[in-house]
Amino acid sequence: MPVLEVNDLSVAFAQYESGLRRKELTVISGLNVSVGSGEILAVVGSSGSGKSLLAHAILGILPGNARLAGTIRYRGETLTPARQAELRGAELALVPQAVTFLDPLMRVGRQVRLAARGSDPTAAQRAVFARYNLPPAVEKLYPFELSGGMARRVLVSTAVVSGAQVVIADEPTPGLDEAALRETLGFFREMADAGRAVMLITHDIEAALRVADRIAVFYAGTTIEVARAEDFADTGESLRHPYSQALWRALPRNGFIPLAGFQPANCNLVAGCSFQPRCPRAATECAKAEPPPRVLRGGMVRCHYAS
Amino acid sequence: MQWRNVTVFLAGKCLRMATLLTALCLLSFFLLRLSPIDPVQAYVGADMLQVGPEQRARIAEYWGLDKPPVEQFLHWASAVVRGDFGTSMIFRRPVLSVIGERFGASLFLMGAAWLLSGLVGFTLGVIAGMRRDTWVDRMIKWYCCTLASTPTFWLGLLVLTVFAVWLGWFPVGMGVPAGLLAHEVTLGDRLHHLVLPVLTLSVLGVANVALHTREKLIDVLASDYVLFARARGEAGMTLFWRHGFRNVVLPALTLQFASFSELFGGAVLAEQVFSYPGLGQTIVEAGLRGDVPLLLGVVLFSALFVFSGNLIADLLYRIVDPRIREGAGV
Repeated sequence: MPVLEVNDLSVAFAQYESGLRRKELTVISGLNVSVGSGEILAVVGSSGSGKSLLAHAILGILPGNARLAGTIRYRGETLTPARQAELRGAELALVPQAVTFLDPLMRVGRQVRLAARGSDPTAAQRAVFARYNLPPAVEKLYPFELSGGMARRVLVSTAVVSGAQVVIADEPTPGLDEAALRETLGFFREMADAGRAVMLITHDIEAALRVADRIAVFYAGTTIEVARAEDFADTGESLRHPYSQALWRALPRNGFIPLAGFQPANCNLVAGCSFQPRCPRAATECAKAEPPPRVLRGGMVRCHYAS
Repeated sequence: MQWRNVTVFLAGKCLRMATLLTALCLLSFFLLRLSPIDPVQAYVGADMLQVGPEQRARIAEYWGLDKPPVEQFLHWASAVVRGDFGTSMIFRRPVLSVIGERFGASLFLMGAAWLLSGLVGFTLGVIAGMRRDTWVDRMIKWYCCTLASTPTFWLGLLVLTVFAVWLGWFPVGMGVPAGLLAHEVTLGDRLHHLVLPVLTLSVLGVANVALHTREKLIDVLASDYVLFARARGEAGMTLFWRHGFRNVVLPALTLQFASFSELFGGAVLAEQVFSYPGLGQTIVEAGLRGDVPLLLGVVLFSALFVFSGNLIADLLYRIVDPRIREGAGV
């Protein structure tokens, strides 16, 4: 049984445009993902496609004007906002993207200790700093004094000391060099190997493939495919969805073939399948009905014609 | 490195103050020269009819008023540099001793109003920011916006009408009860006379700091680090004390120190309405009755007062904010 299970999740924002006309902007719709313990699931999608909102929805920290539908389960239990508030920081942890997520006026050691849920926060913080090769003096520093590498390790530390069983990393590897990337991905592999469930939200499919067990491909506010990492191989024949295949073939080492067009920003802009305007295999049926998610070859796909 | 930075900073500030005061001396001296105030007439007052033109010329000569303006200015400026501000014509006492005495009374008034408006304003701002868009927030915003457009003297008159005239709870004016000898005046008497002017000044001072704090807190609550704190399970007052308070109190403190000028301006009006014998009332009297030495003295002194408020605000940032304190060398 998966530790964390998201079913048919939608997130919409109420917007007021030109006066009092209320408009709903749907950013996530019909999204399904699940993560098991000891596993890394990577959610891969292009930047600015609303992936972070998935993390915020799971933790229950969406802004007040957001409307949420669908179910999120933790160990089989459906999460209510009240239950999310209890589990945040205790069972569910977030690893954010940048140093701006640390309080600029508080020493980083204290910030990590505040995240610790054990009986001795100081010992927990020192142990994890030692584990991540952060010198003891770092705990006395303020966020602005940290190097990029230190900041990343401090952010990961907050999740480790919390003892949370589900770790959601939101874009944790932006613009890292090879060594830093390997180190950061290693942190998450280590957490998963220790029995945690890790959800890695990223736009970097190559980084995701190096460490993840399964990949969920995110397009226009929903997951269009969930594949095993091994499926991303050769020319992408094992992939189920034409978008995943296009994504794979757009990588420099796989031919560098770009896909024309761009992703719709709002979920309900395109009738039928949201990928159909760009799809090489689109048929009349695709413009009519949105393909439902279905199980295929040990993964999930949302395409009428996938086989 | 640290101390060198502080020394350089202070030296820069001192230089700035010196140039400011020099410019201010020049400006106010020549403005007064151009004003219709005739120092001799101001000095002689009602006895003017009995003073002939010859005698007037003698008084003018005695004071050096027949000399060219530049020479007069240099004469006055060199005395000021030596610490001699001259003698007040109204009080017939050295200007510095008048300022000292009046400033003591004003300090009480302004200090109490400053503290009260700071504390109340900050608290209101925090409540409004934490309860954004609820009825509490709307009430506080409405209150602050109304106050921000209320003139001091008008509110002073209103307070005076309600609390002193209708209800009779507080005296109508002055710093001490009339008809008492100086040594008979108790601290209670002084405080009793202080309540209404302080109330007027602080009620008005609340608006600025409250609205500013509200805005700043809303920014802080929308920041990445508060989002991350919420993701770690922090909420409500814990979150505010840990991450909101420090990030909001610094700008509020700075604002409060930088508002010395408004405080002084407000005190001038409030003291006039309540006939409170402070520095504000003194400057009005000096201006109306042509007491040039006193007027110049108070102008210089108030500039110094406002300048030190800004200086404290700057220093505070350097001491409290680690980004400036420890990053000064970067």
